[in-house]
Amino acid sequence: METTDKDIIRGGQFLVKETSCEDIFTPEDFSEEQLMMKEAVTEFVDRELWPNKPRFEAKDYAFTEECMKKAAEMGFLSVSVPEAYGGMGMGFVDSMLVCDFISGATGSFSTAFGAHTGIGTLPITLYGTEEQKQKYVPKLASGEWFGSYCLTEPSAGSDANSGKTKAVLSEDGKNYLINGQKMWISNAGFCSLMIVFARIEGDKYITGFIVEYDPENPNGITMGEEEHKLGIRASSTRQVFFNDTVVPVENMLSTRGNGFKIAMNALNVGRIKLAAACLDAQRRTITESVKYANERVQFKTPISSFGAIRQKIAEMATNSWVGESACYRAAKNIEDRIELRKNNGKDTEQEAELKGVEEYAIECSILKVAVSEFIQKCTDEGIQIFGGMGFSEDTPLESAWRDARISRIYEGTNEINRMLCIGMLIKKAMKGHVDVLTPAMAVKEELMSIPSFDTPDYSELFSEEKGIINNLKKLFLMVAGATLQKYGEAIEQQQQLMLAASDILIQIYLAESAILRAEKLAKKQGEDQVKEQIAMAKLNLFHAIDVIETAGKHSIISFSSGDEQRMMLMGLKRYIKYVNMPNIIELRNTIADKVIKENKYCF
Amino acid sequence: MKILVCISHVPDTTSKINFTEDNTLFDTNGVQFIINPNDEFGLTRAMWFKEKQGAHVTVVNVGQVDTEPTLRKALAIGADEAIRVNFKPADGFSVAKQLANVVKTGGYDLVIAGRESIDYNGGMVPGMIAGLTNINFVNTCIGIEVEGNHATVIREIDGGKETVRTSLPLVIGVQKGIVEESDLRIPNMRGIMMARKKPLTVLEPVESNSETTSVIFEKPAPKGAIKMVDTDNLDELVNLLHNEAKVI
Ligand SMILES: Cc1cc2nc3c(=O)[nH]c(=O)nc-3n(C[C@H](O)[C@H](O)[C@H](O)COP(=O)(O)OP(=O)(O)OC[C@H]3O[C@@H](n4cnc5c(N)ncnc54)[C@H](O)[C@@H]3O)c2cc1C
Repeated sequence: METTDKDIIRGGQFLVKETSCEDIFTPEDFSEEQLMMKEAVTEFVDRELWPNKPRFEAKDYAFTEECMKKAAEMGFLSVSVPEAYGGMGMGFVDSMLVCDFISGATGSFSTAFGAHTGIGTLPITLYGTEEQKQKYVPKLASGEWFGSYCLTEPSAGSDANSGKTKAVLSEDGKNYLINGQKMWISNAGFCSLMIVFARIEGDKYITGFIVEYDPENPNGITMGEEEHKLGIRASSTRQVFFNDTVVPVENMLSTRGNGFKIAMNALNVGRIKLAAACLDAQRRTITESVKYANERVQFKTPISSFGAIRQKIAEMATNSWVGESACYRAAKNIEDRIELRKNNGKDTEQEAELKGVEEYAIECSILKVAVSEFIQKCTDEGIQIFGGMGFSEDTPLESAWRDARISRIYEGTNEINRMLCIGMLIKKAMKGHVDVLTPAMAVKEELMSIPSFDTPDYSELFSEEKGIINNLKKLFLMVAGATLQKYGEAIEQQQQLMLAASDILIQIYLAESAILRAEKLAKKQGEDQVKEQIAMAKLNLFHAIDVIETAGKHSIISFSSGDEQRMMLMGLKRYIKYVNMPNIIELRNTIADKVIKENKYCF
Repeated sequence: MKILVCISHVPDTTSKINFTEDNTLFDTNGVQFIINPNDEFGLTRAMWFKEKQGAHVTVVNVGQVDTEPTLRKALAIGADEAIRVNFKPADGFSVAKQLANVVKTGGYDLVIAGRESIDYNGGMVPGMIAGLTNINFVNTCIGIEVEGNHATVIREIDGGKETVRTSLPLVIGVQKGIVEESDLRIPNMRGIMMARKKPLTVLEPVESNSETTSVIFEKPAPKGAIKMVDTDNLDELVNLLHNEAKVI
C-alpha cells in the first residue's frame, strides 16, 4: 500500500494524536542490512577506537584525523550522501544508526564525525547548487577533505545571527572578501573546507559561504591554538580568523541572507544525530559498570547484589533504552516523510530531505535535550558504581563523564532547545499544522465536568499507561494553553514557564515512545519474553509523571490564581492519576537482574 | 582461478550454550550466529587472491534459510557469489557430501574450508570433501601461494611448519595463520549495500543419510570457587590437589 501524507504523523502531532504501536519504528525492526551495518560499525569501534582511548585523552589530534580517514575508507562518512555525489544514498535511519554506534567509544571521535558528516557536509547537500555539490560533496564523502562549520563567534553564541563577520563584494563583483573571527570551531585543525557564515552590508540575516582552506596557501585564514577542554580532548577545536579571505561569488550557499535558515536547518539534523551519538556511549557505560559491579566484592558480596547498585543499573538501562526508543521512532518518521516528499513529484530530492527534517524540528530538539541529559546521568552513576576507581583516569568512565558534558552545550544549548521546542510548537499551532486548539478546548470542557468515578478495565497490557499518556497530553494542553492565553506572544519572555512546558513535552514524547516500543515487542514476542522492556517503559512513565507533576505545579501556581488556579491544580491531580501504580522496586529488580545476569547492556 | 570458500554458520563465541530435547539438541534461542572463525580466515585469504590475482570467489553453506544472513555477510566482505545447499546439517559426513557435490559440479581450482568449525568441532569436513571428490588435500594450512597450476602450502605440524608443493585443484583446511586476526575485514558500507545485489543460488540437496545421531550433550561441570591456601599450610594444598582436584 502506498503511504500517503495522512499515514505519517506530522512533526509535533504526537501531542494531539494517538499513535499505535504498529506505527512506530523500533531498533527491533532493523533490517538484515541495518544489523550488518550496526555490527560493522561496532567492530570498527572495538578495533580502532576503544583500545586507543588513552591516545584521545592525550590530545592526539592527528590520531583523530587518522581514525576519520579509516572511517572514510569504511564508507561511514558517506552513508547519507546521495549516490550522485559519491555517497551511499542510504536512508535517515541508516545514518542515525551509524552515528549511534560509531559514537560509543569517545566523544573526541564522535564530535569529529558529527561535525564533518553533519554540519560540515549537510549545508552543501541540502542547499548547494549542482556545481557546488559536484565540486565538494564527493571530496567530503570520501574523506579526502574534512569539513567544519563556522557559525559561533566570541560575541555570537546562542544568538547565532548576531555575528560580526563581514562579507564584502569586491569591486569587480567576482569575489567576496571575508573578515572576522570564529570561535569553538570543531575540526578546524584538519579541515579543508569551512561553511562560514558572514553578514553582507547591513543585512538582517547572515549569509552562508563555502570556503576552501589549504594551509599551504591560507588565503588570509589563520587558526588559534587548540583549546584546552574539559572533555572531547582530541576533537580539534580552534578559533578561526579571516583576514580579507577571498571567496568566489559562486561559493555563496543558497541566497543572500539565507544563512541563518541554513544554519538552523543543519542544526536540526545535527540535534537528532547528537542524540543518537549519546546512545552507544550509554550502552558501553552500562556494560562497563555492570561488569565492574559483578566483579567488585565488598562485604564479601559482589556489589551488583546491593540494592543501591541495582537501582542505578536499572535506572541507567531504562534511560538508555527509552532514549533509543524515541530516537529511532523520530528517525523513521523523518525517513518516511523524506520518501513521501520525494515521491510526490513536487519536491526535488534536496527539498525533500530539507523539509522532511524540518517537519520534525520539535522532536529533534526534544531528543537533543533528553538524551544529552541521560548520558550525563548515566556516566555520573557509572562513576559512582566504580567508586574511587571511577575517578581514576585508568578506567573508561572518567573520560566518558567529561566527554558527556559538551552535549548539553553545543548544537544549541539545552536551554535554547527547550525553548525552541515550545516556540516551534506554538508556531505550528498558529499556522494550523498541528491543531492544538480543538483538543485544548476539549480539555477545558472536560475540566468543568465531573470526572467519572468508574474504574475502567485495565487488564490489557499498558491500557492504563496509555490512558495516562493521553491525560498527560491533556495536562500539557491545559497548562500551555492557559499560559499562552495569558501572555500571548509575550510568552517567549516567560522563560521559566517555557522551560516547564518543555519538560512536560519532553517527558510525554519519551514515555509514549517507550510504551509503544514495549507494547510492540510484547505483541510480537509475548509479554514473558520482554518483561524487562515492559518494566523499563513503566518505570520511565512513573518518573515522567513525577517530573510533569512538578513542572505543571510550578507553572500553575506561578501564573494563575484564584478559581482558575484551583481548577487547574485539580486538573493536574486528575491527569496524573495512576490507579495501579507499579511496585517500583520490583520493576527495578526485574531490569537489574537481567543486566547483571547478562553482564552487559542487553536490550 | 575459481575459489570456493565453505562457510559454516556457528554460534558466536560468547554464546551461552544450552540444550533442549533431553540434552540431544543445541538450543538456538537467543543465540547470535557468525561466520565460523576458521572459515573467515579462509575467506580473507580468498579476498587476497581476488584482489591480487583476479580470483572469482564463491561462498557456500549447507543449511536452511536462516543461514542466509551469514552468507550475505560473506558477500558484504567481498565474495562474488553465494550458494546455499538447502539441507539441514546432520553431521560432518552429510555436510561434506553436499559440499562435494558443489565442488564436483562447479569446477573450482581451490576449495577452502576451515580446519574445524567452532560449534561441534568435528574437523572432518575438508578431508571428507577431498576424499569424496578425489582432489588433493592439505590440512591445518597457515599459508598458501598459487602460481599457475601449482600451490605452495605451509601447514602447521607438531612443533613446526611444513611447506608442501602440490597441484590444483586442491582442498585446504585452514586455520589462524593463513591470515592474522588483524587482517580480518569488517564489511564496509558499500559492501553491505552490494551484498543483496550479488547472486545467492539455492541448490536442492543430493540424497544423503547421516551416519551418526547425537545421543546426549553434556556440559563440563561448573568450575568451583577458587580456594586460597596459606603458604605455611602446604599439607592442605597437597591434600586438595590430590583428593579434590585429583591432579596429583
Ligand atoms: C567543544 C565545542 C565545540 C563547538 N563546535 C562548534 C562548531 O563546530 N561550530 C560552531 O559554529 N560552534 C561550535 N561550538 C559553539 C557552540 O555551539 C556554542 O558554545 C553554543 O551555541 C553556546 O554559545 P555560547 O558558548 O556563546 O554560550 P552563550 O550563548 O553565551 O550562553 C551562555 C548561557 O546562557 C544561556 N542563554 C543564552 N542565550 C539565552 C537565551 N536567549 N535565553 C536563555 N538562556 C540563554 C545558555 O543556555 C547558556 O547556559 C562549539 C562549542 C564547544 C564548547
